[in-house]
Amino acid sequence: MSDAVSAPWLMAAPVVLPLAAGLISVVLPRGRAELAVGVGALILIASSALLQTVTASGTQFMAVGGWTPPLGIGWRLDFIAALFLTVTALICLVVALFARGYLRRALPAVDERFWPPFLLLWAALAALYLSADLFNLYVALELLTLAAVMLVTLEGNGAALTGAMRYLLVALAGSAAYLLGVAFLYQGAGTLDLAQAAAGGAVPALAVALMTAGLMAKGALFPLHGWLPPAHAAAPAPGSALLSGLVVKGAFYVLLRLWFEAEPIAGTTRQILGLLGVLAIGWGALLALRQARLKLVVAYSTVAQLGYLLLIFPLAEGAWRTAALSGGLYLALSHSMAKGAMFLSAGLVLYAAGHDRIAELRGLASRAPMTLFAFALAGVTLMGLPPSGGFIAKWQLLTAALGGGQWPWAVVLLAGSLLTAGYTFRAVASTFGSAPAQRDFRTPPRSLEWLALGLALAALGIGFLAADWLPRLEAAFR
Amino acid sequence: MSGNLPLAILLSSLLPGLAIFFLSEERHQLRVALNISGALLKVGLVAAALFGVWQGQHYEMSLPLVPGYPFLLRLDPLALLFVSLSAVLWLLTTIYAIGYLEESPHRSRFFGFFSLCVSATVGIAMAGNLVTLFIFYELLTLATYPLIVHRETPQAIRAGRIYLAHALGGGMVLLAGIAWLHTVAGPTEFAAAGGALDHVDAERRTDLLIAFALLVAGFGVKAALVPLHSWLPVAMVAPAPVSALLHAVAVVKAGVFGIARTVYDVFGPALAHDLGGTEILAGVAGATILWGSIQALRQDDLKRRLAYSTVSQLSYIVLGVSLFGPVATVGGLVHLVHQGVMKVTLFFGAGNLAETLGLHRVSELDGVGRRMPWTMGAFTLAALGMMSVPPLAGFVSEWHLGLGALEAGAPWALAVLLVSSLLNAAYFLPVLHRVWFRAPAGPWQEQMPRMRLETRLSLLVPPLATAALVVLFGLAAGSSLSPLAWVGLISAQEYPG
Repeated sequence: MSDAVSAPWLMAAPVVLPLAAGLISVVLPRGRAELAVGVGALILIASSALLQTVTASGTQFMAVGGWTPPLGIGWRLDFIAALFLTVTALICLVVALFARGYLRRALPAVDERFWPPFLLLWAALAALYLSADLFNLYVALELLTLAAVMLVTLEGNGAALTGAMRYLLVALAGSAAYLLGVAFLYQGAGTLDLAQAAAGGAVPALAVALMTAGLMAKGALFPLHGWLPPAHAAAPAPGSALLSGLVVKGAFYVLLRLWFEAEPIAGTTRQILGLLGVLAIGWGALLALRQARLKLVVAYSTVAQLGYLLLIFPLAEGAWRTAALSGGLYLALSHSMAKGAMFLSAGLVLYAAGHDRIAELRGLASRAPMTLFAFALAGVTLMGLPPSGGFIAKWQLLTAALGGGQWPWAVVLLAGSLLTAGYTFRAVASTFGSAPAQRDFRTPPRSLEWLALGLALAALGIGFLAADWLPRLEAAFR
Repeated sequence: MSGNLPLAILLSSLLPGLAIFFLSEERHQLRVALNISGALLKVGLVAAALFGVWQGQHYEMSLPLVPGYPFLLRLDPLALLFVSLSAVLWLLTTIYAIGYLEESPHRSRFFGFFSLCVSATVGIAMAGNLVTLFIFYELLTLATYPLIVHRETPQAIRAGRIYLAHALGGGMVLLAGIAWLHTVAGPTEFAAAGGALDHVDAERRTDLLIAFALLVAGFGVKAALVPLHSWLPVAMVAPAPVSALLHAVAVVKAGVFGIARTVYDVFGPALAHDLGGTEILAGVAGATILWGSIQALRQDDLKRRLAYSTVSQLSYIVLGVSLFGPVATVGGLVHLVHQGVMKVTLFFGAGNLAETLGLHRVSELDGVGRRMPWTMGAFTLAALGMMSVPPLAGFVSEWHLGLGALEAGAPWALAVLLVSSLLNAAYFLPVLHRVWFRAPAGPWQEQMPRMRLETRLSLLVPPLATAALVVLFGLAAGSSLSPLAWVGLISAQEYPG
């Protein structure tokens, strides 16, 4: 804990800026979108600068307000945190730009109400990535949940309120379980700092189990995923992009830190988590294939994709541990972008057609080719096809599975790709053909199509950064 | 060492392709200009590369990708064989497609993906390791899908779905094979005559055989090996230029080429033979040759007949690759080129019949030789080549394959080849008989206004050019500029000493 932070204000920027902007936006009569976009650009710059800092001078620690662990607010910025901050900033900025143009046209009633929870959510995510101890993580998770639930309620109709209520109940139960686990840990180890507790060698299994269950509920990990599809489908498209792309991965981020920095539990428990992942992949994909509405397809796809993240737990063993972990993080990052792009394009479909019923989209491909292209391209990352970031992740997990002699997981990984292709191309193919005469599609604004396509391209493009990122992600877990 | 040439060859179709996506439908002139200049540039670059490699130059480009596997493009003689075929046939097919798709919708989308398709193909050809090859292999799958569903009819969408299921499934099997090999042998790159796997322990031979089987099965889907072939006849609903490109160059050849890379440059002929993998492969190829020919006999739809013929002919190449010995290698690899020019001619012919006269079935072709003598003349030359009639290109392939079969001690393979030639005659000769010796059943259903030529010039030049190649590659096989001479160079590398 001795390293001085080279620039404390810089490290605080990704949390403080959106928080401040969020508070200001509540009282701002108009221009909220412009405020969010401007602040967002600043955050992206600050996050990239932090990534540079970590690259140049290693992991940074900071005690907010001068209080040091185990009592105070300890922040830690390592390569993983900096990377997640940067990718989150990129996605949020794209979503902000998209929402600025989209809400005004498609959902004017929601326009001004979108921004405060959006900015709060961004601040909570940043705090989550930076938190170094379990209680701070709890606070960040709670903020995140509240902001996320608010985004679900925005449209105010029955589906939105029911979805939001279910989400809130599950998330609160998850919080309770997590907090109970933290309490047990504190009782057993006398610290809230994970590294300190692990070093003491006393991490009670019950504490880990409770925290894991709580995080799985918040992260919609199978079998606690039931709340996700209605909630994510009910939010306005830019909100869905954030929920599916970033919020659920926030819980996963904590889970990964919990399990692999302290290594509290090995062996069969991990195999069970892996099996839950398999069920998630199969069940999510099966339901995604059967949905009649595009947004629900994308939402169930999230359930399936989160299942891949659970496969890391059995795969991260022995010599292939770091390969599986770096692959898992790569998966989370590229899926964040791809899922974001997918929901943004689903939003454009909704705008163009006035609905998102798959059976009635014939002819849309001619009216909105770029939207459909963005959707398919995001699907390519989810399928794990090269050269996307999803491919890099799949390659890492696949070699870990085969190299570690656990080939059944490899079969799951490969079959999952085909299922993903199945529901992606089912949706795309439904838009081919000539539209019936009575059907009237609007042409989506070109600028919004570019944003969705840009995010999909970014998900594809981070595959080319693997030579730089992978070794550093692996080093973070040594 | 120069890395710019492989990159330039790749970009000469990739960049025009990407630019074309953003052109509005009406920008016909600009689209044609982009297409043709890209295709001409590629041919020029490939010619330069051929000359350079012949002079002993080494062209390679490498960028970091995943740990252990750079993004590696390399021009070796085998790569150039496939690149040259792609470049020349892309130019001709593009000219053909411009004529064929005149006034039809979605042309920007079509030509954009058409160019992507060829870029992926040359990428596969130039890839220097399996991961780079896999990138382009999957890109090819995705770029071909919009071409197959181009007409957006229910059959086209169904064909697209079947194609994707096969191709993506094959891709996943291939990926499993690549990863399996990686965990056994670590990162490898292609090396002529093998040797990349020499460091693997003897007790891991089973793993090597599994990896071999996965790789070949993964490539075998695109190479349409029986029983993985059923997507190919269904994909016939695509417009004729797509079928021509699919059957002669892009998709199916990518699979065959992948098998050749696996046998020669990943495992090496000696190890592949030693493991017993090539023996099984030769058996599968033999079965595919006969099965494809027998199925072709039963088809009345001309394009479907040609499709089954492709299934059969592709396995000539696979057979040549899997028989151990330099002569069979020559026969197999030269057929990569020869089958390409013959089959593209046949599909151009079928396309002209459909586009000019609305004819799709063999039973409708009575007397059409009088109405379209040039098209059907080209078609006839290619069909005779397929029957291995000397001195056409097909004969040169078959001759070396037959000799190679005997050299490899596999007389059964020679028997398969002879039977297949008879079957080829049995399904092509009746077509030729109808075309030239029967009287037309009635007046033709003209699909376009009559002109001085039998059809549009842009539809006529490509088949005549490729038919000329069919003759030339046969007559001038002994020349040092022929595909046969180039393949001899490859074969000498793969079987040193």
